[in-house]
Amino acid sequence: MTQSSASPPAGDVAGTDAGAGVLRLDRITKVFGSLVANDAVSLDLRPGEIHCLLGENGAGKSTLMNQLYGLLQPDGGEILLDGAPVRFANPRQAIDAGIGMVHQHFMLVDVFSVAENIVLGREPGRGGILDLRAARRLVREMSERYRLEVDPDARVEDLPIGVQQRVEILKALSNDARFLVFDEPTAVLTPQETDELIEVMRALRDEGRAIVFITHKLREVRAIADRITVIRRGRVVGEAAPSASESELAEMMVGRAVSLRVDKTPAQVAGARLEVEHLTVTSPDGVVVVDDVDLEVAGGEILCVAGVQGNGQSELAEALLGVVPASRGRIRLDGTDLSRATPRRRLRAGMGFVPEDRKHDGFVGSFTVAENMVLNHVDAFADRGLLRLGDIRSHAETLTEQFDVRTQSVETPVASLSGGNQQKVVLARELSRPLSLLIASQPTRGVDVGAIEFLHQRIVQERDKGTAVLIVSTELDEVSALADRIAVMYRGRVVGVVDADTSREVLGLMMAGVPHEEAVRSASVTTVAEEEQKLEAEVAEHVAELEGSGPAGPGLEGGGSGV
Amino acid sequence: MTTTRPEPVTERPASTRLESREDRTHRLSVGVLVLVVGVVLVVLTASTGDVARFALSNAFDEVQLPTLGLPGVPVVVVCALLCLLAGVGFLVGRLSSRVRTLAGVVAGLAFLLGFLTWAAAGRDLPFPVSNQLSGTLTLATPLVLGALCGVLCERAGVVNVSIEGQFLSAAFTSAVVGSITNSIPLALLAAVVGGLVMAALLALFAIRYKVDQVVLGVVLNLLAAGLTGFVFDQLVQPSSGDLNSAPLLTPIPIPGLSALPLLGPVLFEQNALAYLAIASVLVVWFLLFRTSWGLRVRAVGEHPEAADTVGISVRGIRWSAVLVGGVFGGLGGAFFSLAATGSFTKEMTVGNGFIALAALIMGRWHPVWATLMALFFGFVTQMASQLQTLNTPMPSQFLLVLPYVATIIAVAGLIGKVRAPAADGVPYDKP
Repeated sequence: MTQSSASPPAGDVAGTDAGAGVLRLDRITKVFGSLVANDAVSLDLRPGEIHCLLGENGAGKSTLMNQLYGLLQPDGGEILLDGAPVRFANPRQAIDAGIGMVHQHFMLVDVFSVAENIVLGREPGRGGILDLRAARRLVREMSERYRLEVDPDARVEDLPIGVQQRVEILKALSNDARFLVFDEPTAVLTPQETDELIEVMRALRDEGRAIVFITHKLREVRAIADRITVIRRGRVVGEAAPSASESELAEMMVGRAVSLRVDKTPAQVAGARLEVEHLTVTSPDGVVVVDDVDLEVAGGEILCVAGVQGNGQSELAEALLGVVPASRGRIRLDGTDLSRATPRRRLRAGMGFVPEDRKHDGFVGSFTVAENMVLNHVDAFADRGLLRLGDIRSHAETLTEQFDVRTQSVETPVASLSGGNQQKVVLARELSRPLSLLIASQPTRGVDVGAIEFLHQRIVQERDKGTAVLIVSTELDEVSALADRIAVMYRGRVVGVVDADTSREVLGLMMAGVPHEEAVRSASVTTVAEEEQKLEAEVAEHVAELEGSGPAGPGLEGGGSGV
Repeated sequence: MTTTRPEPVTERPASTRLESREDRTHRLSVGVLVLVVGVVLVVLTASTGDVARFALSNAFDEVQLPTLGLPGVPVVVVCALLCLLAGVGFLVGRLSSRVRTLAGVVAGLAFLLGFLTWAAAGRDLPFPVSNQLSGTLTLATPLVLGALCGVLCERAGVVNVSIEGQFLSAAFTSAVVGSITNSIPLALLAAVVGGLVMAALLALFAIRYKVDQVVLGVVLNLLAAGLTGFVFDQLVQPSSGDLNSAPLLTPIPIPGLSALPLLGPVLFEQNALAYLAIASVLVVWFLLFRTSWGLRVRAVGEHPEAADTVGISVRGIRWSAVLVGGVFGGLGGAFFSLAATGSFTKEMTVGNGFIALAALIMGRWHPVWATLMALFFGFVTQMASQLQTLNTPMPSQFLLVLPYVATIIAVAGLIGKVRAPAADGVPYDKP
């Protein structure tokens, strides 16, 4: 279990080229059909260094790492370990070469225990007989050594997401990985859990491991990266230093200047339009997932429901639309009681719904853009059951123009559009009829930064028309960009409803179940502005540290090796 | 990050639970079902004879036990009341889950006893309990083996609808090889080969070519029926003396144990395949839950990507699981030609493969539960044939469908939700 290679401390190695302990991806190219996912991408992983791979969804980060991990084979270029070319035909070979991966979607078997998951693939025991006692011992030892607390006998599906991630990290470490890839590890964590993870990553780096941190979140990158490589559309567009500002990084990542803030005026609040009282929802196996929730959303305001994934927000949204039955409680929209109404009636009453999983619930992939744009109010485009195809078409043409949907024609199947454009189709459909209430779950998940900007603007515009808007989001960036008020959910309950300028630190504590007042008392900063100052100070400190020891110069080193 | 924070709530408090709609519907439907059963028993009291006799021993058993006589009407009435009580208990819904399980079991046993008492009361012959039980085990033998075959395949993520086809091809090969060699071991070996060939076809098309597994299973069943039928007509039938007179498996009494009263003849005077089936349950349980291979099989059936990313060959493990399953499927098929008739006839497995499939689903993909379910099917089937000889007022056609009615009731009402392996039936595509 001990680290074999005597790794020099960080800094000393950073300057040398492909020497001992360095893993180099050299001009890796991967093509899927006509799409070039990776175009001659080069990357160095050096011991004692955290290397951030920054890029939008679909930029080719995961594809690159899957080749490193032996899940995919490169079509061109090679991987050099300690200067010698290696080929990983499958993950086993990559693992044996000292590569470990913490996957974005955890690669854990839900119904197995922690110990079973960690030893899977290299089970202890003799003659094929599983020695679970040895497995438990191994987990306890590792858990102690890396200070990652887990119960070896717990079933994975019963664990909170943050702990599941610990299991995933331990699994990678159990193979004694020298090179650790973290694929979007913070997407599912609270800010505090993210801080903890960053501590873990630093500790692992200081032990002399090389760490790749894949993300599209700029804030984290600047706080932790020793080096930053930015990828756009499968190509390395340049390296950046952690001292680069967020907007500089965003511009490199997207390829043009983007505004990270949503322009919005203060909300002009009218009377309450959506009133929810004592709403309770039970899952099929009897667990209360939404627990006695009271909410009010006024016309002309955006209420964001924040919380870590799986704390009842999705169920709340679905119960509002009525696709998940509520066991108790009242839902009123503009004074009309809709508690027992079917989803169809609720849509007619003026609800608009953007589902969390658009591929599943948002559209029919094989239908055309035009068909999808009338999917939930097709009656308005039909005469006695016969579709008025011309109207549907012109309706779609207007909307694609208004919403800037990039599609060849309105007759193109939606499945062939990019994620951002698919989401535009869904939002366009919902906003094309007069609404009293817009419910949007994760409206920008898996959407590129450029489209996020646009979608946010449209949502704010809808608010300004006087619609009540309820957004469910696990991304705090999105919450603070959009919200007029923020409701934080934890284990099905609303922990508190707070102002939009509440700091991430306070929100993070609330997302872990700490009541608002207590969170304010114990947090070091309570407003967004204070927090940004603090972050800048931290980044400055981090940069000063790097400049003292490493080669990474300040500013951008654009141009790019892959172009 | 210098301030002290309150420790976020890390330990998971017991989640609040409420009865969900599904649970409520399930509870109410079970309640109604049990009530209906109770009412049926009440109605049957009207036609119940004086004394119901139950013979605990067979005429040939070493230890002869007395024949038990139960007063007809009182027993049926008591059983009816128990059912009604349990039904009301379900409907009222204030029972803890443990009490509810107990109520379900009591209602089931009460119905069984009440029904048998009614059927046996006032007949000329006593109801043969010993026959009933040993017949259960015999009839369940192929079902247990078939269900184990299915458990192995489906735990690895390959849906196996072709247990029937595996039975049929194994029955055929064992009959022919048994006839030629006149050797039981070689016939069993041939059965295993027959099962393996079908399993290999399943694995090839399901794993390699990712054919829809339910359709594939149906096609394989048709293939087995067609192929064995054709070869049987062309080659075997014309010289059935040489090719279709396999040696029969004979009951092997286990010295000492077989002399036990009641249990002896039931459990310890069975043929080799029945013993093999019981041993197989333990073997499959051990393989799945106590070996590295079993852990990998279950991982591949639940989350193949996870297995792949730790370097396990998903296809390799699936192939091995399907093939090991084929061994048990083959042994199950041997039952039809070697234990029942000693010869092959066309389509002689008559749906047993599908019953085995039902047993494995009702048994929640667990070898031991699947075995219990297979025994349940065996029990009901045997009971139906026993009752025919008793001359009960029930039409024999009704008795023939009894096992299937019992299946539907058990699946719909009493079993409730079952959770299949998450990747069952989903071919694995590399990312």
